[in-house]
Amino acid sequence: MSVTRSERKVPKFGARYILEARIRGMMKFFWVIVAVAILNPLLYLISIGLGVGTLISNNIGPQGIDGVSYLTFIAPALLASSAIQGAMDEVVFPTMDGFKWGKVFFGMNSTPQTGADIAGGVFLGAMVRTVLSVGVYSVILYLFGAMDSPHSYLAVPIAIFAGASFGAVMLAFASYVHNEDMFFTIVGRFIVGPMFLFSGTFYPLDTLPIALQFFGWISPLWHATELGRYATYGHSISGAMIGVHILFMAVMLVVGLKIAFRQFQKRLTK
Amino acid sequence: MSENLIEVRGLTKKYGDFVAVNGIDFHVQKSESFGFLGPNGAGKSTTMRIIAATSQRTSGEVSVLGKDPEIQGPQIRAHLGVVPQQDNLDAQLTVSENLYIYGRYFGLPSKFIKSKINDLLEFAQLEEKRDVKVEALSGGMKRRLTIARSLVSEPDILILDEPTTGLDPQARHILWDRLFRLKEDGITLLITTHYMDEAEQLCDRLMVMDKGSIMAEGSPAALIKKYSTKEVLEVRFGSDRNAEMAPAMQQLCERIEVLPDRILLYSDDAEAVLESIVAGGNHPNTSLVRRSSLEDVFLRLTGRSLIE
Ligand SMILES: Nc1ncnc2c1ncn2[C@@H]1O[C@H](COP(=O)(O)OP(=O)(O)OP(=O)(O)O)[C@@H](O)[C@H]1O
Ligand SMILES: [Mg+2]
Repeated sequence: MSVTRSERKVPKFGARYILEARIRGMMKFFWVIVAVAILNPLLYLISIGLGVGTLISNNIGPQGIDGVSYLTFIAPALLASSAIQGAMDEVVFPTMDGFKWGKVFFGMNSTPQTGADIAGGVFLGAMVRTVLSVGVYSVILYLFGAMDSPHSYLAVPIAIFAGASFGAVMLAFASYVHNEDMFFTIVGRFIVGPMFLFSGTFYPLDTLPIALQFFGWISPLWHATELGRYATYGHSISGAMIGVHILFMAVMLVVGLKIAFRQFQKRLTK
Repeated sequence: MSENLIEVRGLTKKYGDFVAVNGIDFHVQKSESFGFLGPNGAGKSTTMRIIAATSQRTSGEVSVLGKDPEIQGPQIRAHLGVVPQQDNLDAQLTVSENLYIYGRYFGLPSKFIKSKINDLLEFAQLEEKRDVKVEALSGGMKRRLTIARSLVSEPDILILDEPTTGLDPQARHILWDRLFRLKEDGITLLITTHYMDEAEQLCDRLMVMDKGSIMAEGSPAALIKKYSTKEVLEVRFGSDRNAEMAPAMQQLCERIEVLPDRILLYSDDAEAVLESIVAGGNHPNTSLVRRSSLEDVFLRLTGRSLIE
């Protein structure tokens, strides 16, 4: 009856099988994911891009902020924030489900899969979603004329990088959570909310008093936005700062994943 | 002669200060069917999870298939099929998708898994539910799917933690039948159950646990022989009178257990005990003479009855 007998070996790079399951899971919400990917940018662009943008160009002129139109100015920030949001959703909910709601991680872990494989697979799944969201978002930005500089496309990989680094940190964070109500409150009110408001998303960070600029400094969104503005329209930053931005996100990514891999394993084998 | 697939020495597991498993020793041979009995909280699931390489022990030595689960967990798990006490199916996916992805976690080729799905669905009696999301299944159906899922990788050792809880009698007999056949094929079984008939039917050897320790170990027949008499007389005088009647009957038998609803009198000749009771002028409302079972062993060892 069997085609061949099961080999009973430990599969190499187990995370890809977890990724396969995550993609199947996401496909059940395919249209929701697509709708969010489309509506999110549309709402932002219509309300803030056009609304606030018009206000700005009426008052300051078409070279509104930083020597470019307001849409061009906010495009890299919007892209990065959508990447961060997408990565976070696709990391936090599966992790809560895996450890607590449906306990699916415990099922995965009774196969050769390890905690690190499972964490890695969830992370990769979130990256698939992030790439999709950023892809859709950038097409819409393009249609709105917000990707008009020759190097605009560079904002795409930068945004994905930001999603990856924030996703990694949230994966680590979520893997410690036992009380999700409190977790969602903390994340929503004290992390994500302030991050969008204080990361130089809608106006240059240095407009803010120095004390509040601190939020930008610890926010991957600000680092990605600065890089994105530099790459897309030549926003002036020093070479050293380019290094700092890249390094900051790289450290978040690596440290986040490392902690997540360890904590997944620990929590699964308690 | 026969090899030990599982060897456990001095196994201890603590959760904080609480000792869930307290220095136990046992071994399981290839193709053996080994059962864990014990009241709630005895440490059965904890022990099973350590053997299944999904929980870290606090101390002691464990070897599964010649490997240490702490060091070679994935290598061990590649040979195991596990039915956890609590189902952990993926509720968003369909029945067949759950079987499929689980096989994938073992790195099995798609073709191989697909060739097995029909058989597993038939075994789980879920052919009609093939494309239904798991969240829409009944509790017993989920249980059956979890059991079928554990077989997708053709395991060498099958670890079943209360597999038949929630199953109807027919499903339970189908499972017993399947487990018998697997055993004949040389698969080693580890089973916990609260059903004594199941333990007697399925297990070559049993271990009775309580409060993290092993109370007794042996074949069902040997345990009955060692810890109980050949026969048991059950008498009922009505729940208010059982306790007051008990002292008078103490001398008539080897051992007596007074339960809320009945008195159990242990003797190799239960009929004779009943005659003496009646001769003494006491007439129980009902009486029953039966052979000793694992139930009696369990009651003796843990002081708890399983039939409430
Ligand atoms: N993750 C945990 N954290 C703290 N204590 C635990 C944990 N898991 C189990 N325990 C405790 O360890 C003891 C043994 O639990 P275990 O689940 O092994 O019992 P069991 O014999 O399987 O019982 P049951 O028949 O109810 O399934 C219990 O007292 C339980 O409260
Ligand atoms: Mg248990």
